[in-house]
Amino acid sequence: MQNLQTNQAPVVRRSLLQNLGIDAQLLTMLGAIVMVWIGFQIWSEGLFLSPRNLWFLAVQSAVVGIMVGGMVLIIVARQIDLAAGSILGFTAMVMAVFQAPPPNGLGLHWIIALIAGILVAILIGSINGSVSAYVGVPAFVVTLAGMMIFRNLTFSLSNVTITPLNETFQILGGGNNGSVGPLWTWIFGLVIAALILWQTLAGRLRRQKNGFAVRPMWAESLVTGVTLLIVLAFVLVMNAYPVPGTDPPVGSGIPIPVLIALAVLGFLNWMTRNTRFGRYIFAIGGNPEAALLAGINVKRTMLFIFMLMGFLTAIAAAVQAARLNGATPTVGRDLELTVIAGAVIGGTVLSGGAGTILGAGLGALLMSSLENGLGLVGVATEQQKIVIGIVLLLAVIWNTVSAKWRKG
Amino acid sequence: MKKWQIGAIGLLSASLLSGSFMALNSSAGAQGGMVVGVSWSNFQEERWKTDEAAMKAALTAAGATYVSTDAQSSSEKQINDVNTLITKGAKAIILLAQDKDAIGPAIEAAKAAKIPVIAYDRLIENPYAYYLTFDNVEVGRIMAREILKVKSRGQFVFIKGDPGDANAEFVYGGQREILEPNIKSGKIKVAAIQATEGWKPENAQRNMEQILTKLNNKVDVVMSSNDGMAGGAIAALAAVKLAGKVAVSGQDGDLGALNRVALGTQTVSVWKDSRALGKAAVEIAVELAKGTALTAIKGTKVFKDGPKKVAMNSTLLAPIGITKKNLNLVLDAGWIKKEVLCAGVTKLAICK
Repeated sequence: MQNLQTNQAPVVRRSLLQNLGIDAQLLTMLGAIVMVWIGFQIWSEGLFLSPRNLWFLAVQSAVVGIMVGGMVLIIVARQIDLAAGSILGFTAMVMAVFQAPPPNGLGLHWIIALIAGILVAILIGSINGSVSAYVGVPAFVVTLAGMMIFRNLTFSLSNVTITPLNETFQILGGGNNGSVGPLWTWIFGLVIAALILWQTLAGRLRRQKNGFAVRPMWAESLVTGVTLLIVLAFVLVMNAYPVPGTDPPVGSGIPIPVLIALAVLGFLNWMTRNTRFGRYIFAIGGNPEAALLAGINVKRTMLFIFMLMGFLTAIAAAVQAARLNGATPTVGRDLELTVIAGAVIGGTVLSGGAGTILGAGLGALLMSSLENGLGLVGVATEQQKIVIGIVLLLAVIWNTVSAKWRKG
Repeated sequence: MKKWQIGAIGLLSASLLSGSFMALNSSAGAQGGMVVGVSWSNFQEERWKTDEAAMKAALTAAGATYVSTDAQSSSEKQINDVNTLITKGAKAIILLAQDKDAIGPAIEAAKAAKIPVIAYDRLIENPYAYYLTFDNVEVGRIMAREILKVKSRGQFVFIKGDPGDANAEFVYGGQREILEPNIKSGKIKVAAIQATEGWKPENAQRNMEQILTKLNNKVDVVMSSNDGMAGGAIAALAAVKLAGKVAVSGQDGDLGALNRVALGTQTVSVWKDSRALGKAAVEIAVELAKGTALTAIKGTKVFKDGPKKVAMNSTLLAPIGITKKNLNLVLDAGWIKKEVLCAGVTKLAICK
């Protein structure tokens, strides 16, 4: 362990990145997003960075954003979840059938439908988790089976699209009345800013007290300043898109699904850094035998990861169904691949052990930005996928090569 | 004996001695006990259950027996399935091909055994088969005609089906055929065209959001190629308070879509009554099994608009455009229940 103290002159010359204390991976991701955004801004003749498009980009990123963090944890623990898209479809259908009026559904309150969906998904997650962890079947196979089972259970539950859904439930999707409004957006921004400042200061003091290295003051201020600016820009942009049909225009504010996605990502980011459970996941991924010998209950941890993924999938299912105002038997098909791609672009290593929630969130945002931008400038669907495939490949190549550089 | 007793005994005997006894009930005793085989591509898709029910009813009426196989989305399995049906004694095979090209060996096997094949709903480009489907070009034409009744000028957006599906092009072609005069005269502006991966509503929704941003909400008509995508497009329209103000097309007679037609957020859903398709398939199969030539089937026309332009003997059934004005058709056919059709609808006479 390095015992660099701030009052001592640094023994080793530190690079700019080390001074800033940011993961090179994260910085690359941010750089890529900025480049893609500027590129689309020019290509779309100024439409891409309009508040309206950014507002919709945020909503379009929410479903994958909610799930991607869970997928990171699963991959870090050397597992995979191929059933996520099918479970999302099944859960969305459960929620739709529970709330739709008879004869299509049961006509229950939307909160009951939501809870039922969440419980179902957690149960499915616990089945996936226990079969992989306790029986020892590779998660690839367990979830491959799950992919088939739950897609077709979705068909069995309802072969037709269940629509419309409850109007209050639809708020979860960010459509009409689905945003928190300007005031709450400002409050949210201020709370986040306060949290960032508090965490930075408290973290810095704690590290100093324990004799760990801290960033130089200028670097700390720069990183914190830029982060706060991003929060401010986010608040301003979300408030700049007016609620359709309002005159004089009233700002929309943060859409509910985006708020949910941010909360999920924020929580998972905190959890991986600050809780025992979070650290265990990385320990298991780094070296399962060592983790076991260190007294970590590997099996139970794996079970919990899959249950957590089930929960996140259910939340994403609610957002997806609410946004579409209905559940279709095919909803979420192939979605697991988009989620895995987002995690991988964000620097998660498929062999396990490494990955960050923040990186994956940015990876999901990058993929979503590509789909959004290519759609905006009118590139045909089939060509969009080629571009996204190339970006995925480039990202993985970059991750592999840069990992070698850092080691060598 | 009372009527119900005759019925009961009839049913009982039929189940015991299926073939020979049922021939007695049939007016044309010659085909008694004829077996008609159906090879499904993927029976898990619910839509085929409606077709199957109609087929079974028509077969019972013709005094024939139903045997079926399910290829479970595997074109390799389907080739074995067809041979299984031949072994089981099928005198005609109704074939919903998983893959129109990979199915070739199965057609050759049927040809060798002199068993007629009906290409059901999906094209098989082999002139040995008889092609039965709904006229998908006509689906597009009907959409366009119904839309023109509501809006004959303005900004038109085309939400097409999956780029890999031939049906997507048929529907789009039909739409364009009818709209072309107004496009040429400048009344209609083609503002955006986008295909939809997997026909998925959530993809259609995102595409529509992007198109609305690009066009700054200036959209008059969305020519959606099916009801699912229409649902996605309408969700995007609703998010900018345009649902009901923009004319939207669709097809399939999805329950949710018919409800939207009643609500006024969707203009038309072209309805293909799959029960009519199933019934027609059985009638043609029975005729062909009796040795009738493909060209001698009543109403046969030559179809050669497939990708390889192979001339096929075919029957293309006409679909119906369901709008606010003829919702009674789907109600009367028992396709949809009134409470589903009329959920949230207050103004429409049919819903009172």
